[in-house]
Parts: sequence; C-alpha cells; structure tokens
Amino acid sequence: MRRGSEPVPGALLAPGTDPAVAVERLQGAAEAVACKLEQIACESEGSASEVLEATALIARDPSLLTAAGDLVMCENLSPDRAIWEACEGVASQFEAIGGLMAERVTDVRDVRDRIIAHVTGQGDVGIPERPEPFILVATDLAPADTARLDPAWILGIVTRDGGATSHTAIVARERGIPAVLGLAEAEEITDGVDLLIDGTKGTVVIGPTKAQVRDAEAKAKARAARSFSGKGHTADGHRIKLLANIGDARGAEAAAAGGAEGVGLFRTEVAFLGRTDAPTVNEQAREYRRVIEIFEGKTVTIRTLDAGADKPLPFLHMPPEENPALGVRGLRIAELHPTILDDQLAAIAMACDGVDTEVRVMAPLVASVGDAARFKDACTRHGIDESGVMVEVPSAAIMAKEILAVASFASIGTNDLTQYVMAADRMNAPLAKYIDAFHPAVLRMVAQVCQGGAANGRPVGVCGESAANPALAVVFAGLGIASLSMAVVSLPDVAHVLASTTMEQCRRLAHAALDCATADEARRIVTEGLPVLADLD
Amino acid sequence: MERQIIVKAKDGLHARPAAIFVKAASDVGSPVTIGMAGQTPVPANSILAVMGLGVRCGDTVILSSESEQALDVLDGLLSHVEE
Repeated sequence: MRRGSEPVPGALLAPGTDPAVAVERLQGAAEAVACKLEQIACESEGSASEVLEATALIARDPSLLTAAGDLVMCENLSPDRAIWEACEGVASQFEAIGGLMAERVTDVRDVRDRIIAHVTGQGDVGIPERPEPFILVATDLAPADTARLDPAWILGIVTRDGGATSHTAIVARERGIPAVLGLAEAEEITDGVDLLIDGTKGTVVIGPTKAQVRDAEAKAKARAARSFSGKGHTADGHRIKLLANIGDARGAEAAAAGGAEGVGLFRTEVAFLGRTDAPTVNEQAREYRRVIEIFEGKTVTIRTLDAGADKPLPFLHMPPEENPALGVRGLRIAELHPTILDDQLAAIAMACDGVDTEVRVMAPLVASVGDAARFKDACTRHGIDESGVMVEVPSAAIMAKEILAVASFASIGTNDLTQYVMAADRMNAPLAKYIDAFHPAVLRMVAQVCQGGAANGRPVGVCGESAANPALAVVFAGLGIASLSMAVVSLPDVAHVLASTTMEQCRRLAHAALDCATADEARRIVTEGLPVLADLD
Repeated sequence: MERQIIVKAKDGLHARPAAIFVKAASDVGSPVTIGMAGQTPVPANSILAVMGLGVRCGDTVILSSESEQALDVLDGLLSHVEE
C-alpha cells in the first residue's frame, strides 16, 4: 500500500462542522508541514536542502491553499479531500506541461501527503490505514517516523530515497521490519500490488509468481524455526552473550520477545531525533525506565547521546562543520553542552532506582584516556558504577589497555571504527569497497581491544552491524569478544552458527583472518571454514 | 504599473530560481503578478503558479504591481540570477 492514499472522493465535512474552522485547520496543517520541511532543509545540505526549501514554499503556496479552502467553503469537502483535489489539479497541469515540470509532481504529492497526514491527525508521516497488515511504499521515510511504525502492521518498507546504511535502514532493522531503501523503481509501484521483499538482500519482486511466494514462505518458515533459545554459546559451551541493539521501549519489547539476553546498545538519540527542544530529565527517565523494566534481571547498556555528523539535533544549534565526522560529535558534545550529559546521567540514575537490572552506561566516540576518565567521573557523580566506552576511534583501539584500566567495559562500534580506520565515509557510495569489517586492518584493531580488555579483566563486546554477520561473529568470538549486540532479527542466525562451532574453531578462523592481506581473502577463508553457513539460506 | 523583463536564469523560473523569486515576491509587501505574453498573469507569491508558467531562460515576463519599489527588487533579481 502506498503512503498517501486517496481520501474518498466527495468526502464531506462532518455534519455540524463550521467550514471556516475546517479551513483554519487546513491552513494550520499546511503551515506546520512548511515549518517541518524548512527544519529538515536546515539539517540537510546542498541540493537536498534547496529542494526541501522549494517544497516548503509549495506547502505555503497561497493559490494552492485558496483553491483547497474554496473546495471546503463552497463544496463542503473535508479538508483532506479538498487538499487532495487542489494538489491533483496542479499535478495534472504539471504533468501535461511535461519535462522539468513533471519532475516537480513528486514534490506536490509529497506536500499533499504530509498535509493530509497532519490534518487527519496522523502526525508527520501519513501511514495509510488498511484492514490488513501491509508493505509501506514511500518516497522517503524519516528515522523518527520509522521508529513509530508498528511492526505487527507494517510488514516491510520500500523507499526510493536512502540507502542500506542510512539511519532509517538501521532503525527499521532494529524494529524487525524488512526494509529496502534507495530503490529507484519504488515510484512505479502502484497501490495494492503484491510485493515480495527481502530486507537482507535488498531485493523487491513486484507481482511475484506463486512459485516465488511459496519459495519465500518456505525460507521464512525455516528462518522462524531457528528461534533463539535465550543463551548464546559455542558448540563446546563457551558463553557469548547475544544482546540486542534498540532505540526505544518498543524496540526493547521486540528484543525481549526475540529472546535477547539483554540490551548491548540502547541508542538514546532516537528519542531526541526530530525534536526542536531537549527532552527533560523526567521525560528521559520515563523512557529509560520502560526499557530497564522490560529487561529486569538482565543487562541494559545505555549509550549516551550520539549526535553530530549524520544525526544533527536542532536544539544544540551546532554550527556547520567542514568535516562533521571528525568534528564535535558523540561525547565531544558534552564538552560544549555539559548539561545535556548531566541531564541524561541524572535521568538514567533515576530510572535505575529500585529495579533489579544491570544498567551499564557507555560514551560514544571516546578517543583518549582523558575522555574515558572524564566520563567515568561524570557517571560517578550520578552514582553510576558501570561506565564504559565505545571503541570507534582508532586511537581508542590502540590505547585500549590504558583506557580499559579506567573504563569498566568496552563496546566496539565497527561501523564507525571501519570508516575511521579506512578513512572512508560510510555514507559515500563510491567508497563502499573500503567499508568492510572483514578487513584485517579492522580485525587487528578488534584483537588489540580484546587484549586490552584481557589485561585488565574487563569485558569487550561488539555492537556494530558486523556483529549480526554470523561469519564475523565467529571471528569475534575467537578474538575474545564476550558479547555481540545486533538487531533482534539477526539473533537466531548468529546463535545457530555459534552453537555449531567450537571455541577452538573460532580461534583458528580468527587467527587465519588476522593473517590475511585483504578483506576478500579473510572473508573467503572464514566462510569456507564454516559449512554451517549453508543452513542459513 | 507594468514592467517587461528578460529572464536570465539558466533554468528559467524553475526550482531554485523560482523559489528565490517567490520568496522575494512574498517579502516585498505589495501584491505582484507575473505573466507572459498571451497568458493570464499569476500571483508572484505562488511557487506553483510561477513554475506553472514554464518560463525559460531568455523569455520575457511582465511584472505588474502598484509599487515601483517592489518591481525594482524583482526586476533586479530576474535580470541578474545567473545560474
């Protein structure tokens, strides 16, 4: 089903509604949409920003709003139907002109869908209603909107914009919603058509054959049968904790239902995204409390706010940077805005009170022993004992022994570690060949962190996307990683491969991979050494 | 009063140049219309109407407003946008 489905033709105002009030509501919705688009424009760069600004002008277009207002006043149409008709009038006119004008039709329809969503009280994103669960097709979907989707109702997401490592993709994966992003053909998918999507492979079949559907159902069934027992271990019983990455309480519920042993990465910025002001201590405490209660008796690892670079927060009013990935992001924001970190730690301390959950707190983008020590002090001030570090910066990996003499634990964020080790922006498509956690340069960094942990008797985990790769999970286990944290959908596959492999095999494959010269060679050696991988597809 | 102007923007009055023009027209304080020979003039503060004119680079447009000053501002913009 497409987002922005058509309101019933001729839908009238509810009896007794004052048309003037309805027009005001429509104008209010349009203004809210314009403001929202301007806000997104501010957070974007280059041509995307310009396009969004022009789109905001469409939402504020006086002729459009007058046309829609007239339909409400004179024909008594409901506001959503009125804006639909007004926009379609413009769209068909533009389509008739063709060329550059036809390209703008997408923008007009985007504005239309946003205004309709607003005026019908569906918030920023218009998630259409349908009597049965469905796959949502949209031009684009913001991470904040994706975080609000109901996985029981939205079976999958297909969008034209975005990519596999974008924030929306990560949020969708965490919520267990198969997502294919950046599919150019998404615009051509018509409402109501059957779709077969594979979020892992990133494929979409429009109007699949019966045989294709049968095949997909069989695979899904086999996958479901590999459920996770709730305890990760190797074939010979070595424990590897299998944890979940989550962004909010709904994600925590899904993770608990999927058998996760705890939360290895609670990305707290999800609750901050799309907000124009910082959430209060009480608001944050409520959100954290829900997650902590869901995992009572287990571990919850909370990462403090990781904003900056690809996750700008409007209320921080951060000036644009030449090089945001190397700029003020992660823990570095706390230097400029100490209250943000203090509020967050106060909220976490408040949320832990009286619940029997092992709550651990970790800081993103720690680069030095000094960073780790300052963070530990801040945690201690709030009565939080378990304070750890994310290892994403190569300096932190190299200095792991000294850093882990201070920090209680380390969790390796392989997405960022890889981009920093390889000096390759992970959002930059032509550089994708460098972004490979199988690269021996990355694996040697991981090994170094494990040694630093062992020297101090501190646990080291991995919480990047690579932890969800069963072959890499084996390598990490062999290097001495104590826990792997991933999107909940990946738990069964990782658990299955680990449970079929002895610790001795893990170590052998890990060392073979470390000795390779290239990522491809390491991947080949590990994959060939794990015939169990064939079970997965 | 009216003024005839040759549009210099490479893409004509489309996308970004249109957005800049419409924003300026919304800010000049007096209603302004824009049209081309043989077409009904449209309000200059409506991005959809302005784009709908399909003005290309080198086309002559007719601006009309009660305010001389408003025409000066928009004339300057249309004659000098060089993209």
